[in-house]
Amino acid sequence: MSDSVDVSKGLPSNPEKATLEGKNKFLGFWVFLGGETIMFATFFGTFLGLKEGTAAGPTADELFSLPLVFIMTMLLLTSSLTSVLAMFSMKKNNFKNMMILTAITVVLGLGFLGFEIYEFYEYLHHGLGYTTSAFASSFYTLVGLHGAHVVFGLSWFITLMIRYSRTGGITLTNAPKFYLASLYWHFIDVVWVFIFTVVYLMSIGGA
Amino acid sequence: MATATASMNNNKSVLWDWLTTVDHKKLAVLYLIAGTLFFVKAGVMALFMRIQLMSAENDFLTGQTFNEFITMHGTIMLFLAATPLIFAFMNFVIPLQIGARDVAFPFVNALGFWIFFFGGLLVSVSWFFGGAPDAGWTAYVPLSSGEYADLGLDFYVLGLQISGIGTLVSAINFIVTIINMRAPGMTMMRMPLFCWTGLVTSILIVFAFTPLAAGLALLMLDRIFGGQFFVPDSGGNAVLWQHIFWIFGHPEVYILVLPAFGIISEVIPAFSKKRLFGYTAMVFATLIIAFLSFMVWVHHMFTVGIGPITNSVFAIATMAIGIPTGIKIFNWLFTMWGGKLTFNTAMLCASSFVPTFVLGGVTGVMLAMVPIDYLYHDTYFVVAHFHYIVVGGIVLGLLAGTYYWYPKMFGHKLNEKLGILMFWLFYIGFHLTFFIQHILGLIGMPRRVFTYLDGQGMETMNLVSTIGAFLMGAGVVVLVINIVYSAFTSERVAVRDPWDARTLEWSTTTPVPEYNFAQTPQVRSLDPWFYEKIHGDGLMKSAEPMDEIHMPNGSILPFMIGLGLFIWGFGMIMLNMENPIMPPAIVIGVGFVVTFGSMLVRSIKEDHGYHIPLDKVKKIEKEVS
Amino acid sequence: MKGRIGLWRFLPLSAMFFLLAGCGEDKLTALDPYGPQAEWILDNMILSLYVMALVIIVVFTLFFIAVIKFRKKEGDEEIPKQVEGSKTLELTWTIIPVFLLAILAVPTIAGTYNMAEEAPEAAGSSGEEGESAEGEDGEENGEEVEEEDAAIVIDVTGHQFWWQFDYPEGFSAGNEVYIPTGEKVWFNLTASDVIHSFWVPALGGKIDTIPGVENSMWLEANEPGVYKGKCAELCGPSHALMDFKVVAMEPDEYEVWAKEMSGEQESSAEESEGGGATEESQEEDTQDSTMSDGRQAFEDQGCIGCHAVEGQGTGQGPSLSNFADREKIANVIDVSDENLEAWIRDPESFKQGNNMPAFPDMNDEDMDAIIDYLNSLSVEDELE
Repeated sequence: MSDSVDVSKGLPSNPEKATLEGKNKFLGFWVFLGGETIMFATFFGTFLGLKEGTAAGPTADELFSLPLVFIMTMLLLTSSLTSVLAMFSMKKNNFKNMMILTAITVVLGLGFLGFEIYEFYEYLHHGLGYTTSAFASSFYTLVGLHGAHVVFGLSWFITLMIRYSRTGGITLTNAPKFYLASLYWHFIDVVWVFIFTVVYLMSIGGA
Repeated sequence: MATATASMNNNKSVLWDWLTTVDHKKLAVLYLIAGTLFFVKAGVMALFMRIQLMSAENDFLTGQTFNEFITMHGTIMLFLAATPLIFAFMNFVIPLQIGARDVAFPFVNALGFWIFFFGGLLVSVSWFFGGAPDAGWTAYVPLSSGEYADLGLDFYVLGLQISGIGTLVSAINFIVTIINMRAPGMTMMRMPLFCWTGLVTSILIVFAFTPLAAGLALLMLDRIFGGQFFVPDSGGNAVLWQHIFWIFGHPEVYILVLPAFGIISEVIPAFSKKRLFGYTAMVFATLIIAFLSFMVWVHHMFTVGIGPITNSVFAIATMAIGIPTGIKIFNWLFTMWGGKLTFNTAMLCASSFVPTFVLGGVTGVMLAMVPIDYLYHDTYFVVAHFHYIVVGGIVLGLLAGTYYWYPKMFGHKLNEKLGILMFWLFYIGFHLTFFIQHILGLIGMPRRVFTYLDGQGMETMNLVSTIGAFLMGAGVVVLVINIVYSAFTSERVAVRDPWDARTLEWSTTTPVPEYNFAQTPQVRSLDPWFYEKIHGDGLMKSAEPMDEIHMPNGSILPFMIGLGLFIWGFGMIMLNMENPIMPPAIVIGVGFVVTFGSMLVRSIKEDHGYHIPLDKVKKIEKEVS
Repeated sequence: MKGRIGLWRFLPLSAMFFLLAGCGEDKLTALDPYGPQAEWILDNMILSLYVMALVIIVVFTLFFIAVIKFRKKEGDEEIPKQVEGSKTLELTWTIIPVFLLAILAVPTIAGTYNMAEEAPEAAGSSGEEGESAEGEDGEENGEEVEEEDAAIVIDVTGHQFWWQFDYPEGFSAGNEVYIPTGEKVWFNLTASDVIHSFWVPALGGKIDTIPGVENSMWLEANEPGVYKGKCAELCGPSHALMDFKVVAMEPDEYEVWAKEMSGEQESSAEESEGGGATEESQEEDTQDSTMSDGRQAFEDQGCIGCHAVEGQGTGQGPSLSNFADREKIANVIDVSDENLEAWIRDPESFKQGNNMPAFPDMNDEDMDAIIDYLNSLSVEDELE
């Protein structure tokens, strides 16, 4: 059925959803993100339940540095914006722009990741090891899982860019793939907004 | 089109064909076989447990072995037997019932099966590495933590984690299939109820298996990497696990029982010659049950001491589930009312499901009464209650489905005489085993005990229960004999529709060609096949001219990804072994490379499938009809 | 055919009467309640059974009529009327269950709050509490508090696989908890290792004991007797053997018992301080030599490292202060010297996974001395 779309007059306006295969991927991915949301919600719940459980280890107040987290947030939010722009380019059938914007997204994402590793390294030096307390375990697990998602999202972007750099154009096959990767990236971004609020702001502001 | 017919002509071995298949009908058979094997395995464990409990202070099994059996029995039955058996029918029937050529993602479908299978295998090999998990299928911490449980729990955690991924991707696949792949005219409110329950179950899986995955991850981190989530001394909380587990665990019951409802809602109308009474109400009842199933998890934790307010709220929510369930019960009764009932094995199982399920349902409402649950909780009363749901509900549903769809799946019917013998053995055995357990619970027998002391008035009832269990076992043996016997003696079903049924799967030829429908059917009503038989010319109208048909290629990658995850999981477990044969990091690395390597191959190598040319389609159609 | 099920449904009711008639000395079954909580539970369970019986009768009647009346007749190929549904009927079976559930919801909520009642001690002035804490030092003060309206609160700790009961007077008992009849006794429950669940079917409901969590519940016994308790949460290989007993006594008897238990503690405390012998020990002068031998062996072999006796020793294992009053050794074995010796030599063979070390090579002399010593540790004897 994928060949039922006539591409002789150029790409349709929504190349990612033009074929049944594309539509299926689109829906399937949304459902997958629904599941991911619940999984993150569980980890958020765990963190909220255990954040007072610092035992003898350092507490959130003593550790968190808002400026650092603010920079990380900005990096990730900007990368989400460039990712949106990349998708606009895709719909305008501008392959080159899309690739450049995706590359910028990747660079910003790597920057975020660098800061996160630095952050964890710092906390470790302040005595917050993974096994220090229930608070430490739940913090590293939640934020670390998000970090793992960032790593996976970046690898996804990079793989796609390498894979299709030679294609030189947007097709009905690669459009859904880029679109889904971008969707995934937005999801990661939204999760971070919640982490920023629930983990950092609420831990410092509250209590 | 360039890769046309490549895999049509290959003459590779049968084994290779099954390992690489992405055909939903073959995957259904794989699910059926895997599920049955696990079912028999867990059933034998149940028999061993019943032998142990046959008399007071018996020493057939030690407490440790008994605990391993209860854990494996529960874990296998729910995750590795009931789930795949339900997936077998969903895989086979749903695409046919909605008039689709295959599921939305045939590759992912195969992936789901193999990941599930290897996850199940990982749980099962625990016996060879120092013993199976022993903390119950609920694996409450701290009993399941590194301090109190051995390696078996690592197999539990990682095996379920992996098989859960398989279940999850399959569920996503079904959701997309049902929403996007319906034939023209097959609106949502014309879908057979089995498709509806399949859809709702899949949605429940997406929202329930993910908390489980998170919970298992926490337990794994605690056990292998020194996490402190459940360690009270480090600020952790042992009750947290119970919350996460039951947020998954309660919907899990509905994940299994809703498709059974679906099967019953197919079989009863078919053999009553009547459309399902109150179809719309049935659909909405299903949706309400699914919604409520996420609101009641605390009723598994009434005795944890959460407080009277929470307990009361969850008690009311739990009772509320009785209402939509009641609607379903009465709708089934009134489907039969005024019909022309034929009692073959499928209908015997389906109709007896109704009163049996009511018995399980009323004890469910009784359990919702918090103060009285303080008595029932964790006793044999609860054991009896949930076996009435899972055996009297799910297993009867699955048996009905087996006898009903068998001719479509395998081209011949199962022997009726043996079928009826099986039914009565199983059904009587079931009531003997479980009814009396209600009373055992009330006179003071806690669940999960490996023995009981003499002189507490429990001997006779336990003996009766054991006898019943052996009758059920005999019933299953008769079923297996029936399958083998029928394979050799039953005549091939030559017609499309041996039961004179109502839904679209019976409009295809038997055996079903790999593309299901040569032409996508045009659906004009609920029960479309019945409609065409009465109002049309007895065949489905087609929605498209006959043309070449696009088919997906088979692939070994799903198998490889499953295998990779198995190796990875085993490597993770080796981290907790005292003397691993080789460094665990190597095993983890190999698993990682196999899994992600296969995924990379999949994403880089474009696979557009192949086309069955028109003349070949015509030839096949002529042959079968 | 399926009529069988219908009749079975009424089995629990009839079974109840059988069980009422034939109960042994240790009261276990919840169908024969001996306390207000258990009575309430049974009454309301029967109420719910009546409601449920109604549902079952309706469903079964409809089912059997349908199954019998609407069977397909031989050769009848006519297609039955295809009924879509019926608004009236469907509304009926939606609304009636709502009322039935409401009938059950009311006692559910009332009972939930009733059973969650806190110990009245909390309602009393905090000064009184402080007094009782001080009171542990002096005998008179302790007595005074007990006579006041402050309820008895017993701390329960679940261990693999035994129960520790700590009384407000400061003494501890293992596996057998003594309570007075006719009043609510509160339990504060927790666990030291894994989750257990505290359940005395004949007296009331159960509640989990969870490490890191303190739960509370009350029980009341109407009449004196021995009520069997069980651990209801899987807690390891010997979960099935983690029984305990609730011994209910008349209040005045209980008071004497409690005094004896705490008295023992004091007398031994005095002894160890080198103080003079108390009246009790003078009475037992005849046995004194073996007793001290036994006590010596008990200490030499390290038993006292885990088991408290006469108020001394730690609480890692069950207190043995009233060992000779027990009806079972370690709650599983019948009382006899041979069994006791077998248990000490190899506890694992009786209770898999328990934490007591084995003493396979203990010399017979010490063994006999310890057994004699343990058999002398009775509190009930002294009551008579």
